[in-house]
Amino acid sequence: MQILIAFVVGLVFGIGLIVAGMTDPARVLGFLDLAGLWNPSLAFVMGGAILVALPAFAIARQRQRTLLGAPLQLPASTRIDRRLVLGALAFGVGWGLAGLCPGPALALLAGGDGKVLLFVMAMLGGMGIFEVLERVRRPT
Amino acid sequence: MTIDWINFAPWPALAGGLLIGAACAALILFNGRIAGISGVLGGLLRPARGDIGWRLAFVGGLILAPQLYALAAPLPALHLDTDNLTLIAAGLLVGLGTRYGAGCTSGHGVCGLSRRSPRSLAATIVFMLAGFITVYLARHALA
Repeated sequence: MQILIAFVVGLVFGIGLIVAGMTDPARVLGFLDLAGLWNPSLAFVMGGAILVALPAFAIARQRQRTLLGAPLQLPASTRIDRRLVLGALAFGVGWGLAGLCPGPALALLAGGDGKVLLFVMAMLGGMGIFEVLERVRRPT
Repeated sequence: MTIDWINFAPWPALAGGLLIGAACAALILFNGRIAGISGVLGGLLRPARGDIGWRLAFVGGLILAPQLYALAAPLPALHLDTDNLTLIAAGLLVGLGTRYGAGCTSGHGVCGLSRRSPRSLAATIVFMLAGFITVYLARHALA
């Protein structure tokens, strides 16, 4: 059941990205280009998403369980540390260079564009390097 | 600041945002999980028993979404003219950064802000600013 829900959620999420215009890097860069010809549209994407997700998270927090009775799995960390800030910084630079973040990159993958594939391979490579470095730092 | 009125499309953006929000809402309410793409994807590189199926299903849905969309309307055009070397650097930075920073636009920007996490607010401010500054440098200061 959870697997079916996750699949449908992935589909809806991806369609949302396409409808919103997030799957065109030129549009994303247009939003990030404050000094040029600025396209504020993408602020509405985040606004719309939060409008729906905010009450859902409030309900989830109150219930402490899912509607199917399973426990919530929320991130435990609350620390704003160097790791978080440097990570977000690196992500923001990469996002600004290509206009692609992980969701749209995956939603574009099936289109078969070579440049998208190259970006996704490099992104998975970056995530893989993280895993290796984490295992060196904290061997299990 | 000049606004790009020709490409300004707040209604589709809002509609897409509502769909993304509904997806995040369904995943937390039914599965108790955060719909953060980098987290869902990154978890596949650290496979744990009983934790793989839903991640693969989610990623599969995301990858197949354009096929479903194309049944109803033509897919929007893709404009990606970044050169290959920059794309590789961007991909590496996005991969590393979202794992060290524990989230991306969806995990921090949508889910994190929606659950009012100060940590996600900090991360969102940092990656937004970094994005603005990077585009400024690439298009104006260094161009």
